[in-house]
Amino acid sequence: MMNYSSGPPEEPAVHAQDLTVVRGPRTVLRGLGFTVPRGRITGLLGPSGCGKSTLMRAVAGTQAKVTGTLDVLGSPAGHPALRTRIGYVTQAPSVYDDLTVRQNLHYFAAILDPGRAAADRRHENVTRAITDVDLTTHADALAGNLSGGQRSRVSLAVALLGTPELLVLDEPTVGLDPVLRRDLWNLFHTLASERGTTLLISSHVMDEAERCHRLLLMRAGEILAGGTSRPEAGGDTPDALRARTGSETVEGAFLHLVDEAIAADRTKETTR
Amino acid sequence: MSTDTPAPTRALNLARTTATAARVLRQLRHDPRTIALMLLVPCLMLFLLRYVYDGSAHVFDNIGASLLGIFPLITMFLVTSIATLRERTSGTLERLLALPLGKGDLIAGYALAFGTLAIIQAALATGLAVWFLGLDVTGSPWLLLLVALLDALLGTALGLFVSAFAASEFQAVQFMPAVIFPQLLLCGLFTPRDAMHPVLEAISDVLPMSYAVDAMNEILRHADMTAAFVRDTAIVAGCALLVLTLGAATLKRRTA
Repeated sequence: MMNYSSGPPEEPAVHAQDLTVVRGPRTVLRGLGFTVPRGRITGLLGPSGCGKSTLMRAVAGTQAKVTGTLDVLGSPAGHPALRTRIGYVTQAPSVYDDLTVRQNLHYFAAILDPGRAAADRRHENVTRAITDVDLTTHADALAGNLSGGQRSRVSLAVALLGTPELLVLDEPTVGLDPVLRRDLWNLFHTLASERGTTLLISSHVMDEAERCHRLLLMRAGEILAGGTSRPEAGGDTPDALRARTGSETVEGAFLHLVDEAIAADRTKETTR
Repeated sequence: MSTDTPAPTRALNLARTTATAARVLRQLRHDPRTIALMLLVPCLMLFLLRYVYDGSAHVFDNIGASLLGIFPLITMFLVTSIATLRERTSGTLERLLALPLGKGDLIAGYALAFGTLAIIQAALATGLAVWFLGLDVTGSPWLLLLVALLDALLGTALGLFVSAFAASEFQAVQFMPAVIFPQLLLCGLFTPRDAMHPVLEAISDVLPMSYAVDAMNEILRHADMTAAFVRDTAIVAGCALLVLTLGAATLKRRTA
């Protein structure tokens, strides 16, 4: 089944079954089942408010009231052993505005890899992370004085510090100019191919879908395509999605699937 | 699968605690105006107080010594409640708790950083009061400093705790009159506690600031450490520890 993989078949980075999340009175995710293959970029796409961020928080282990099965790198999501193995970047940049870029990174590095003995390693990691996100010229600027796009790259750099096996990135390219977006996507592909990192990236911009290896399409707390209920478990490839729906673009495919789902909802209601 | 986790999360890790304290102080260093206000305002208040009670040195001794205990509590309460609120709203708290940082590390880091500032603040205020404004202390000025430090930790603890119940900076600032002012009125600064209505005295008996002020007054009047002083400082320290623990319970790794 894992015909996309050149290596030996291995367990997926993320495996979810019957995943449900309740926030207040609302059920935000309803019984999701999906997998995220290792060493690949999986795009999580869907309109704003469909539950993408909640799903990512669940994978990162910061979401309360999660039921069902959610295994991440072989452990249940939120397991303490995962804290050094996952890099999680929230939609709003979470860095200290009153510290410089380098000071921010040094602090988070000291949390990941504490102790005086690790000082050299930390210094290398910090320098590499700053280079990765192309902020070398701004390393000594206060994060609060940077532009929105630069601040979100600082936030991304923090997640790259520990060389995590899984990167969970919530809309990392929102508000960035086209050149930066291209550069970041190149970085994501380098991370996947050279460091073997698994990336789960959310976006509501459909043209970014073309840059992902695998796709999970979401709508209203449910997975429209790429879930385990379908034969192509592990996410659809953009090509497969286009072919199956007879659309030219992923956006077209998504709209096609949304229309199908709405029609299905209607027939359910009328037959009730 | 190999299970090598290079940095396990323990209840308290010294390196992570000091890294957190250094980070908090580094943040403050980019904000020199806040540091100046924290350090100079108490001195200015003592200076004013000295000349308001120019004719009655005895009143200045009483109120001055009490204020040396109250300033650190109020300053650290305000600074900590805003700092932790910012940590909560900026998403850095969520990020830190998704990393191998123990809740104890975070809280101890804050306590260490603000405790350091409190020592500087208290040293300046005590030095000014004792050597330049003629505050007449029978006991050791070092003990004044010790109580001031414990008061600062209590302020840090209270600030950390109430920040969990504030959704905005506006609310956090309003907790200051709500939490601090009743203690200020009942701590014996304005009227001796045993001269108050019994109900008020009973309330003041369960408020920690009362013991902070009592301890200061013990130093003021006695050359040696009295049993009452030891009891009062132990109560302040115990309260600080209790509220810090309650504050730790408000830090949740998983949130809705």
